[in-house]
Amino acid sequence: MIDLRSLMQPHRIVMMLIFAGIVIWCAMSLRWDWLPKYAPLALQGIWTTLWLLVVTVVLGFLLAVPLGLAQAVGPWYLAAPAKAFCTIIRGTPLLLQLWLLYYGLGSLFPQFPWIRSSELWPYLRQAWPYAVLALTLSYAGYEGEVMRGAFKGVAKGQLEAAKAFGMPRLTMFRRIWLPQAIRNVLPTLGGETILQLKATPLVATITVVDIYAVSSRVRSDTFIIYEPLILLAVFYILVAGIIALMFHWLEVKVLGTGSRNGSAG
Amino acid sequence: MTGLLESLGLAQSAELLSLSPPGWGGNLLRGLSHSLQIAFGAYALGLVIGLFGAYGKLYGGKVTRDLLAIYTTVIRAVPELVLILILYYVGSDIINKISAAMGGGRVEVNGVAAGIWVLGVVQGAYATEILRGAIQAVPPGQIEAAKSYGMPAFMTMRRVTIPAMMGFAVPGLANLWLIATKDTALLAVVGFNELTLETRQAASSTRAYFTFFLAAGFLYLMVTLFSGGIFARIEKWARRGQPSLKGGGR
Repeated sequence: MIDLRSLMQPHRIVMMLIFAGIVIWCAMSLRWDWLPKYAPLALQGIWTTLWLLVVTVVLGFLLAVPLGLAQAVGPWYLAAPAKAFCTIIRGTPLLLQLWLLYYGLGSLFPQFPWIRSSELWPYLRQAWPYAVLALTLSYAGYEGEVMRGAFKGVAKGQLEAAKAFGMPRLTMFRRIWLPQAIRNVLPTLGGETILQLKATPLVATITVVDIYAVSSRVRSDTFIIYEPLILLAVFYILVAGIIALMFHWLEVKVLGTGSRNGSAG
Repeated sequence: MTGLLESLGLAQSAELLSLSPPGWGGNLLRGLSHSLQIAFGAYALGLVIGLFGAYGKLYGGKVTRDLLAIYTTVIRAVPELVLILILYYVGSDIINKISAAMGGGRVEVNGVAAGIWVLGVVQGAYATEILRGAIQAVPPGQIEAAKSYGMPAFMTMRRVTIPAMMGFAVPGLANLWLIATKDTALLAVVGFNELTLETRQAASSTRAYFTFFLAAGFLYLMVTLFSGGIFARIEKWARRGQPSLKGGGR
């Protein structure tokens, strides 16, 4: 992916030397003595961030398929609510949605005795179910809009051919319509997944301990400001890079080519 | 009976949301005006950075181009919340250093100005990419024609490039504006008194979480829908005289 010759231009070598100098300066003169103490917590935070990302992307995508389908070809009584859902999710900040669910629902549930005595209560008392719900709905809202275009973009002739073969509607959807639609949106999907990664730190505001929350705790415990933030930024850049590479690999595998708008950057 | 209860519940909500002091409506509107101020400022700053960034990326030297590539890549890969914290601390550090060098004491940073600086730098990265794409979409012949008339670079930009690229840039810039209004909510985490934080304060002191969060959501949604209408008109204006693409493409 990375062309070695393009990296070896003189001005880039100088820039890389300067960058290496900055890294060495950071390693030598900034404070890293807090690292060993917080490393186990940080690993836990990284794990939380990653599973939150994977779970909400998968669930959100599953929800986005019917949302997109309803908007693309559904009757008006399905299309209108789906459209309203997407508009509301995209029109309000995720932080507000998260707080509405956590503080709003969270303050409503204890008022009902039957919820308190149900088996779900131990989960509803924690913060992560609200985080998963909010992030899932948000991803579904953005992705539903994308899937609408994707379903509409499938060539009509393919569907007509399937119909002419006498394929049942569900088989047609499973074998032709959905795979074609996913092919169409793979590049967009990669970008949306990186956006979802960038949305995860918000869950720290409702007491879910992800990697962002760990860095905030380091900051408030030790009054060291820049070092945890720099590490945090590096972590997100790395994960975003890995996601971009994974989708690039997927595109090459599925489409036979990489995305036309080039690799990251 | 249920109808009566409902009207009673709504009456309570209306009281909570009323504009005069026992209600919190005034606080919400003040928060909204702070949010909009920050969003406008950050958007304007982002456009200025974006214009310079796009020109730098297209016509700048090798080092400028590489530095801008690093800027846009890093800003777009790091969550806004983290960037907000980093830029906030960097900004207040710089201001304090300057003030110390001039013999002053610690400076209290104005919330709106800090928000504009922080979000503006983030917006700049996205605007750079949008404007670069739009400038590249302008047929090169038009710019060559301007050059052959002997127009100076700045006049070419003002008279040819910017008007011609507007049609391509407006959809992306509309999205960017929506991102700006929604990103102001993130400043609540750093403690700026914008709409989301005002809402949370009102909600936690009255315990009426649903009422206030729904009201704030409604305000954000109104801003979004209203700007959607405005941008549709701007796009129509920016595309004036261009052939319609209706029925073409997919």
